[in-house]
Amino acid sequence: MTQRSSLFMRTLSTPVILILILACFLAVATVVNSGPFNQVVIDVLVKVTLVVGLYVFIGNSGVISFGHIGFTCLGAYATAWLTIPPLMKKMALPGLPDFILATKLPFGIAIILGGLFAALFALVVGKILMRLSGIAASIATFAMLAVINTVYSNWERVTGATSSVVGIPIVRVVWPYFLAAAAVIFIAHLHTISRSGLALRAARDEAIAASASGVDIGRERLIAFVISAFITGLGGALSAHSVGVVTPDTFYLNLTFICLSMLVVGGMNSLSGAVMGVVVLSVIIQILRQFEKGVDFGGIILAIPNGVQEITIGIIMVVILIVRPSGLTRNIEFVWRGSPIKSVSATEP
Amino acid sequence: MTALLQILFDALSLGSLYALGAIGIALIFGVMRLVNFAHGDYISFCVFALLWPSIDATAIVFAGQLPAYLLIPVILLAGACLSMLSEILVFRRFRNANPATMMIASFALGFVIKYTLLMLFSSRPKSIDLWHELALPIELLDARIPLLQVITIIITILILAGLVAFLKRTRFGLEMRAAAENFTMARMLGVHANAVILLAFAISGMLAASIGLILVTQTGTVDIQMGSSVMLVAFIATVIGGLGSLPGAVVAGFLIGGISVLMQVILPLDVRPFRDAFVYGAVIVVLIWRPNGLFALRSAKQRV
Repeated sequence: MTQRSSLFMRTLSTPVILILILACFLAVATVVNSGPFNQVVIDVLVKVTLVVGLYVFIGNSGVISFGHIGFTCLGAYATAWLTIPPLMKKMALPGLPDFILATKLPFGIAIILGGLFAALFALVVGKILMRLSGIAASIATFAMLAVINTVYSNWERVTGATSSVVGIPIVRVVWPYFLAAAAVIFIAHLHTISRSGLALRAARDEAIAASASGVDIGRERLIAFVISAFITGLGGALSAHSVGVVTPDTFYLNLTFICLSMLVVGGMNSLSGAVMGVVVLSVIIQILRQFEKGVDFGGIILAIPNGVQEITIGIIMVVILIVRPSGLTRNIEFVWRGSPIKSVSATEP
Repeated sequence: MTALLQILFDALSLGSLYALGAIGIALIFGVMRLVNFAHGDYISFCVFALLWPSIDATAIVFAGQLPAYLLIPVILLAGACLSMLSEILVFRRFRNANPATMMIASFALGFVIKYTLLMLFSSRPKSIDLWHELALPIELLDARIPLLQVITIIITILILAGLVAFLKRTRFGLEMRAAAENFTMARMLGVHANAVILLAFAISGMLAASIGLILVTQTGTVDIQMGSSVMLVAFIATVIGGLGSLPGAVVAGFLIGGISVLMQVILPLDVRPFRDAFVYGAVIVVLIWRPNGLFALRSAKQRV
């Protein structure tokens, strides 16, 4: 293997491996080609987008954010504003500015604008929040989530308050979601190996030393905050298109809990952890959902009560934090080790 | 004048709830640097301890039928037990973990408690009639003030006074303050770490229980979301007060209560639904001005 290709492998093998794992889902979905299964795969890919977004900030900065689902809410509503047919919009959301009322953008552009809208908001809010450190910052992000939820649950003429906003074009094919997830994995990885990401992780591990070496912690955190807001906003827009309906409470504590638990279970400080956490917990959630619906045991239908799903996830999360705080992946990225015989079977599932 | 008095009492009684919540959180943070996100769910748990588990729409009042002199200790005990249980089962395993890990663990624990309640009682709010005679207003200088508000304020003052006496006058209080100041040093000087932490959890749980009792008397409903809103404000109060500072938590709790009531009065009618957003906005302004809170502890200050 030449020096050039091994450098390439070392720097870019992680996202390639992760995308290949997701590609397996895409392949299975294409083969099975059933509506409900497609929806499950879409759900997994949307969660990958959200959790990778969380990783960009939490994993690199070490500051736990409870507020990123607020960006998801911003992204989802932004794409709703841009893609609902103008006639419906005039009826449901009359308070929107005229130029938005008149437009109807295609899915691909609207979701990116949704992400950018969230990123812009994060830039403004982040300027303030990134002055705080550690736990105070975490609680402030929680307050930000509450502010966004309060505003979106009450602004009748622009967000339809707590009632659902309907009429968002539903995209039921899997590949756009796969493309988006693959793109954000690349963005996240590029940020991680960039100068800014490296400086931020240095600040996470040794704040004083990093600061003394000339790292502007606030600035690096803000960069990560804005990038992660873009990704979670994009994820929100995707989730809006996957179900066609948005309500403010979809994007509140429950989603925050699920996404954080996926990140924690996989391993907070690595991109591989973020993706694997989604995959592992999604499988568990699907099994539990099946049980909640009721499973036939030789004529007797057994159904577990509502709530068991969340309780199980909560317990898994606590146990993982106790016995393996660095997550299932132990915060080690999947990389191509360079020994061709072993790694082909190990990395291409 | 009468309107002013009413506003004052509104502010004080709301502030009381926030202060009780904030002090419960600050107490735990002081001894073990844990931001306990499950605190709000302790409140909900104590409220549901009044009922018998059932997923019917109507509430089956069980413990709630006890006379007040038994009911109050029972609910306080329920809060203390849950709180101590969570320390023994969960938080004890995180003694050497960093604060962020503990915070996430408490967030997960809160969800487990909340969804256990959901499983047992369903997510629908239920109505319960507890001491409704307290909602009657009393005349005070021409203003009609609900008796409950007066009682809430008096109880809060009593609890705070009792807590101050406990912390300043007893051996346990001294140990707890020492532990909050410098945990490692306190342990070396013979403070039993687990005992102090367990005690802090017990007090915090009882504070959560008293908030639960006040809330359920005020609203006449039980709901699994009940604790969440109080908890969020209480968290913000602890941050504004300076994390870990007990006087700071109390002052900030009353401050946020005051601002909320004031905003309710002065904001124009059509932006009033956004009151909470304005309150949190005010909080962020305070944090820009003083990033470490109003009463930052010297021990809690970070060097970077």
